[in-house]
Amino acid sequence: MIVDSDVKKSINGVKSALPIVLGYLPIGFAYGLVGVKSGFTISQVMALSLFVYAGSAQFIAISLLSAGASIVTLVSTIFIVNLRHFLYSTSLSQYMKYISRKHIPILSFFITDETYAVAITDLQTNSEYTEGYFYQLFLTSYTAWVFASFLGAVSGSLIGGSINVGLDFALPAMYIALLLMQISGYKKVFISIFSGLLSITLMFILPGNTNVIVAALIGAGMGVLLDKWVRNL
Amino acid sequence: MGTKFIISVIGMFLVTYIPRFMPVYGLTKIELPQTVKSFLEYVPVAVLSALLFPVIFIKDGRLFLDLSNIYLLSAIPTFIAAYFTRKLFTPVVVGIVSYVILSYIIK
Repeated sequence: MIVDSDVKKSINGVKSALPIVLGYLPIGFAYGLVGVKSGFTISQVMALSLFVYAGSAQFIAISLLSAGASIVTLVSTIFIVNLRHFLYSTSLSQYMKYISRKHIPILSFFITDETYAVAITDLQTNSEYTEGYFYQLFLTSYTAWVFASFLGAVSGSLIGGSINVGLDFALPAMYIALLLMQISGYKKVFISIFSGLLSITLMFILPGNTNVIVAALIGAGMGVLLDKWVRNL
Repeated sequence: MGTKFIISVIGMFLVTYIPRFMPVYGLTKIELPQTVKSFLEYVPVAVLSALLFPVIFIKDGRLFLDLSNIYLLSAIPTFIAAYFTRKLFTPVVVGIVSYVILSYIIK
């Protein structure tokens, strides 16, 4: 028999989600606005937020789709871009094995860069959590993202003309911010410059937007070699 | 909504959901080889750089290393803000504001 006093008091996922919400509101808004301004309907813009739910991938999808990329190029680029979730999911699995397995198919959909980063920090420092923590953290973040993209999309369709001048830079600014959040140590700095320059070079050789996938795969492969060389020194 | 768009969304949903779902559901007891872990560790940095560099260094299919390149100039304050905050929000605001100011100055 489990009595009330034995029920673990879970850490509060809503509270942990607040910094994510602050980050998602402007980016989600920018996504919605850029999406509509790139010629997509509100429902198309929302379909990506609801079913893909991956910030940078959604921006990339919008730019690839409006550039007329094929489904194969689009889906394989998004696959590579989102492959990092595999790592997050692997890392979270050691903590999520303590919660009921029936929640996993739902909860795993909500793993993003930000929810992973916050969850792993919480879980490393607290052993008292239930599936409730994950639902609170994930659903608060998801709601903020969906809500912000909706606001952005609606604003975009209401505001005519081209006052989105500064938003042209929203996407590169986000790449820079995400990159600096990822970079720690000289090896990653090297891989960043290597992949970036390779991507520029391949742009002149390869068709469409394939330079991004190819440069990213070679760049990450170069990172593996770099790790091996450093270990063998 | 268009058939191509719907197929694209389904495709993007699958390739995004599967890497999120598989390890935490099925592969919990399998240890990934070090090479794969190391590769996945470098993917974000490599992808983001591969996306970013062409945007700020290329214009109309040519290298654009010039003081009139607003993207490149706006990247500098954005980079500094990102370096010091290591957050998403401030650098994006700094970037957008710099871009707006610079596009008024450089024309």
